[in-house]
Amino acid sequence: MSKGQLPRWVDFGLLPAINLIAAFLVSGLVVILIGENPLEAVKWLVWGALGYGEGVGFTLFYATNFIFTGLAVAVAFHAGLFNIGGEGQAYVGGLGVALACLAMDQFVPWYVTLPMAIIGGAAFGAGWAFIPAYLQAKRGSHIVITTIMFNFIASSLMVYLLANVLRPTGSMQPSTRGFEEGGQLPLLRHLFPAFDLGQSPVNLALFVALIACVLVWVLIWRTKLGYEIRTFGANPNAAVYAGISPVRITVVTMLISGALAGLMGINEVMGAQARLLLDFTAGYGFVGIAVALMGRGHPIGIILASILFGMLYQGGAELAFEIPTITRDMIVVIQALVILFAGALEHMFRPAVVAFFDRFAGAKAVA
Amino acid sequence: MTISLDNQSVREASTHGVAAIELKGINKSFGPVHANKDIDLVVGKGSIHGIVGENGAGKSTLMSILYGFYTADTGDIIVDGKTVKIPDSKTAIEVGIGMVHQHFMLVDPFTVVENVMLGAEGGAMLSEGIARVRKELGRLADEYDMKIDLDAVVGELPVGLQQRVEILKALYRGADILILDEPTGVLTPAEADHLFRILRVLRDEGKTILLITHKLREIMDVTDQVSVMRRGEMVASRKTAETSMSELAELMVGRSVLLEVNKQPAQPKDALLKVANLNVKDDRGVMRVKNVSLEVKAGEILGIAGVSGNGQSELLKALSGITRAETGSMELVGNTIDLTKNHSSSDFRELGMSHVPEDRHRMGLVNAFSEYENSILGYHREQKYSNGMLLNVSGIREEAKERMEKYDIRPRDTELKAAKFSGGNQQKIVLAREIECDPDVLLIGQPTRGVDIGAIEYIHKRIIEMRDAGKAVLLVSVELDEIRSLADRILVMFDGNVVGERGPDATEQELGLLMAGVTDEAAE
Repeated sequence: MSKGQLPRWVDFGLLPAINLIAAFLVSGLVVILIGENPLEAVKWLVWGALGYGEGVGFTLFYATNFIFTGLAVAVAFHAGLFNIGGEGQAYVGGLGVALACLAMDQFVPWYVTLPMAIIGGAAFGAGWAFIPAYLQAKRGSHIVITTIMFNFIASSLMVYLLANVLRPTGSMQPSTRGFEEGGQLPLLRHLFPAFDLGQSPVNLALFVALIACVLVWVLIWRTKLGYEIRTFGANPNAAVYAGISPVRITVVTMLISGALAGLMGINEVMGAQARLLLDFTAGYGFVGIAVALMGRGHPIGIILASILFGMLYQGGAELAFEIPTITRDMIVVIQALVILFAGALEHMFRPAVVAFFDRFAGAKAVA
Repeated sequence: MTISLDNQSVREASTHGVAAIELKGINKSFGPVHANKDIDLVVGKGSIHGIVGENGAGKSTLMSILYGFYTADTGDIIVDGKTVKIPDSKTAIEVGIGMVHQHFMLVDPFTVVENVMLGAEGGAMLSEGIARVRKELGRLADEYDMKIDLDAVVGELPVGLQQRVEILKALYRGADILILDEPTGVLTPAEADHLFRILRVLRDEGKTILLITHKLREIMDVTDQVSVMRRGEMVASRKTAETSMSELAELMVGRSVLLEVNKQPAQPKDALLKVANLNVKDDRGVMRVKNVSLEVKAGEILGIAGVSGNGQSELLKALSGITRAETGSMELVGNTIDLTKNHSSSDFRELGMSHVPEDRHRMGLVNAFSEYENSILGYHREQKYSNGMLLNVSGIREEAKERMEKYDIRPRDTELKAAKFSGGNQQKIVLAREIECDPDVLLIGQPTRGVDIGAIEYIHKRIIEMRDAGKAVLLVSVELDEIRSLADRILVMFDGNVVGERGPDATEQELGLLMAGVTDEAAE
């Protein structure tokens, strides 16, 4: 019966580590191919991400984005739904955040705006996820396809809104006006001057993300709704047997998922940019898929995976700066390799590890 | 008591002409499941040989071994007097074995010619292959009286003709031995009759046919020889002319040890469950339950007997609110329910119905969940499991622990995943959940399937206790002995109809005949 099952520490620790090592080995080969020393590259990458205050700040800033999008993918995944639309949901969610900030920033301090911005981001993100969810639940249109398509629709919609509707008259830039103080989250370097965070944009949204992690854990493992979501994801037949409506779970789960993706706008729009910019999502929504897979759908895992990807983003930029032959594009290749091994090739090493542990467990049982 | 292999009839079969296929001592296990145990089988050349057995008896495994999908752990396959190894279906085709699968392996948007040609195109360009296939198909269709429009798109053909394409495919590849796996499951009676005519023509032309089915009437209609499988063993081989439906039904269901169940006569009171005029279709739109009406009184066990696949599953699903019925209504503890509407099974639970589903893996349990999480499946919305907004996890664990004691579920570990318990203990987890909620009406499907003897006894005792506590119990089982020893009244289902009602003292022969579809009127 226990065949094919792995101890938790292997599933959550060893396997991701093996995937990561494989990714770095292949990346190392690529670095050797262009004639650089891979150890040198690793050194710059790690130093760039963690070696000094500003680097740490940027790493945490990027990690905040990934926590939101990673949680979004993970929640849907628990219901057996593959939400590829985190990018579009985050983008539209940013609009919700921006609208709240634009409406309130001149009148109230940031801590009054923040709850409204959270509601706005969550509601807009959820709204964007609702249509694919409804189509999946009621019409059987596959959610992978519809959420991908909705990314494109979101992208075009935002171009239109930013260029034609939200752009202040006279401005040449496709963005909203900058938010006043009441629409800006405090930066951590201002809140905690004792820590050296350089000029990094890491802000209060990091704590919003951590609170979201706790809430997601409670939702999935401690509430009736979470129980129903997991039942539906693990055995849809048993869910129907238990009187759980597949339509309701599909829609509600996707609303939560979209809302979490939408909250990314709190970090980028309200925290870092203090305005709504074109393409501010920059692929974070897609990286969220790799983060969720690597973090095994668990908030703790997602935090760790988010920090790892934050390091890759920040350290990679540093690396490109320090070793000019390793261009920005090379960094993207390395990041892509990590996503490939941790996400898409997730099952490459698993059979071998399972076989190894089965033999090990079998030998123990015989002895 | 089990029935030992009837050696005499096997010998008879082997001396009757030449053997097209001979299987000797075939064994196949999947992990702990011994799907085929020491199977011996002789199939005479130019005969139609039926293999009957219930779902899960090992028929499909045996045929998969013959067709090269699985390799036997031990044993020999002898085709036309030569011992052969069949590691894959390509080899099977080479030695002349063709298979018509239960679910067709056809490409719907392709034409008949294109489907037959698939895998035998020959050359880079198609025109040559098409011409060859067209010519050969024309000849085959004439020879075996299987007319078909060669340019018709397969997806647009009726099911009966699609099956004909499958048969033609096998013949085109030179099959002398045809295996048909439950060929009539998707056919209308008229289509089935036509299929049998074709099979007889094929036999008369010297082909050998292996027909896998659990429908006894077909066996009697069309086969020359019949072998019966039960629980992975070949329990008997008979000449069809020398056996009867009731004998075969008995052999299929088996006479396992009659389990001693101590029970007092039932004291039925008011009906707690009344079902009227129920018609239910399955996922594929086939009517599986036909005009069934029944009632179950407080303090009695109503048993539904029948060979599996005769509508029992659909009956349970409709009564528990999982599938919608075409027509029919139900009165559950005084509440009238229109079964043609969509219902949630939790609505029925609230009215006092609980349900032990036939298939605990597909439905009754979430294998990836721990035991305590499974102990509330379907009841998770109840107030006692809540702690404000949250689930009362410690309370649930506490209760699960008590139930493990009470129902002797081993190992006593509420954190263990459901998949890791043995079949008997898994069933006890489901049973504990569905009994402890104190229902008025209990639906139970196959309560002891895949359960060890010790647990069977325990489960039976619990079911009797439920009856004696004044509950209405509807028991569906394919184990005739289970029905006979537990039920106070027995309904027999055949092809979706209730074909008869008997008391608990009905003989096996009597029930066997009903299960084979020989109704009261026909028997007189």
